[in-house]
Amino acid sequence: MLLDKTISDLAKGLRKKEFSSVDLVEECYRVIGEFNSEINAFTTVVDKSAALKNARQKDAERTNSSSPLHGLPFVLKDSYNTKGILTSAASHVLNGYISQYNATVYQKLLDAGAILIGKMNMDAWGHGATSENTDYKPVKNPYDTSCVAGGSSGGNGVALASRMAVFGIGEDTGGSIRNPSAWNNITGLKVTYGRVSRYGCISYASSFDTVGPMAKTVEDCAIVLETIAGVDKLDATSSPEPVPHYSKDLTHVSKDIVIGLPKECFRDGLDPEIKESTETAIKKLESLGFRIKEISMPMLTYGLAVYYLIAPSETSSNLGRYDGIRYGLGREYFTPETRRRIMIGTYSLSAGYYDAYYKKAQQGRTLFIKEYEKAFTQCDVLLMPVTSHPPTKLGKVVDDPMQNLLIDIYTVTQNPVGVPSLALPCGFTSAGLPIGMQLVGKMFTESLLFQVGHAYQQVTSWHTRRPSLLNKMSF
Amino acid sequence: MKNKTSFSAADVHHIAKLANIPMTADEAEKLEKELGSIIDLVNKLQEIDTTDVEPTSQVTGLVNVFRDDVVDEERMLTQTEALQNASSTHDSYFVVDQILEEE
Repeated sequence: MLLDKTISDLAKGLRKKEFSSVDLVEECYRVIGEFNSEINAFTTVVDKSAALKNARQKDAERTNSSSPLHGLPFVLKDSYNTKGILTSAASHVLNGYISQYNATVYQKLLDAGAILIGKMNMDAWGHGATSENTDYKPVKNPYDTSCVAGGSSGGNGVALASRMAVFGIGEDTGGSIRNPSAWNNITGLKVTYGRVSRYGCISYASSFDTVGPMAKTVEDCAIVLETIAGVDKLDATSSPEPVPHYSKDLTHVSKDIVIGLPKECFRDGLDPEIKESTETAIKKLESLGFRIKEISMPMLTYGLAVYYLIAPSETSSNLGRYDGIRYGLGREYFTPETRRRIMIGTYSLSAGYYDAYYKKAQQGRTLFIKEYEKAFTQCDVLLMPVTSHPPTKLGKVVDDPMQNLLIDIYTVTQNPVGVPSLALPCGFTSAGLPIGMQLVGKMFTESLLFQVGHAYQQVTSWHTRRPSLLNKMSF
Repeated sequence: MKNKTSFSAADVHHIAKLANIPMTADEAEKLEKELGSIIDLVNKLQEIDTTDVEPTSQVTGLVNVFRDDVVDEERMLTQTEALQNASSTHDSYFVVDQILEEE
């Protein structure tokens, strides 16, 4: 399939005229037509004839100096505003909300010549880790359609795994890019807070939310990031840090990189198959010359508590604006999970409880920042699992508020601290379900994470596997 | 500092009012237990010694990010655009439920 190729190979092939954007778009829509009704990846599929018209235009205007993303079909989590197209956050509360402006990340991709083919299903408002908390049908895992896709960027995860698009933009507040990346055998990056503009992204927790790439490889994510990163005058929290040429820097791995393993992440409670795959990956990295060091980060056990106070508090405030007056439906349409989060947040911010809960959590957050600072004096990169167990069966956790929250255990501390984390494939369970690991760095060290991840992907092939569902198609 | 792990119907009703979320009696009852278990989880926070620790509200380190007080006409919505998604409009106004009552 053309869609098995990396961005770099696609860009070369397009310029050599081995195939066209039209060919790529045709292939995407064929797979979408075949499988989307089963796995529910999309909330909106862009009209095919419009996408093809766009593709023909791109084929005609492409030059050798066009962006590497020029003419490539991509998808956006349905939390990004796209003018003229429904933006739903997978919630009925936004029924009929046709965006009146473009999110900055979308505008940058349009300017680069990439072709939007869909808005993707997700846990509504970002609230979830399975993409079952959606007012559209639950997203299903293409590796086993009785299992969840992960979340909250589940639609992106399954679409990329199933070759329905070349790359996607997800959003990560407590693991929402990394979890569906791990559970669908793709690569996804939670960027440093502020690395990519959040203008036009529907907010979940404004001081945690990040905009990031999801694709088949580390190199693909690097290419997308260099297009979307950078300061934006429309987002006062975006960083003025210069954007490195990530894809060029990929192979310049310095000697002497130390990878730290927080022992708290490898204890009881971690699925034995995930533990084994991660340990195999660690040995592989060691064989590449990286030094491995066990460290301790005792604060990690408080991650869920800090996250599940601050995030609901911020979301209770952010979701206060949705009243059905200027657009959408009323607040009675919020799902049970969203209501729980709004209510917990409202409670923790209310008079009499603010100090014990919200303020205490913000103090906890300061201690997490110090904990990560301390860890990075002992190593350059941290390695830990993405989730403690493989994808759950559909329906198992969505009605169990506690089980639902516990999925996030390894991914909730990076967002309050603002550090970047790269999730990439490192194996499969005996039942054929994908396993991912994450590489965490100091703020603005995406280059280093890419270098380590890329080195790993040069000597492993987990990331090239695809769901067997695709073998049903003839190409 | 209250250490609550159970929510009464009155508590849920109070929070729902603050949060402006309409709720049926069944929904409210379910939430009594659910909110209780979530607060139990986050109460683990109380074990942490936060004496003399400053709270962090954002991690950018940026302060006072300003722009010129100038209107960018390119980014203005027309009246039609602004009203286009509303379910109820009247003479270019958004229509809302009555707020003020007659004496």
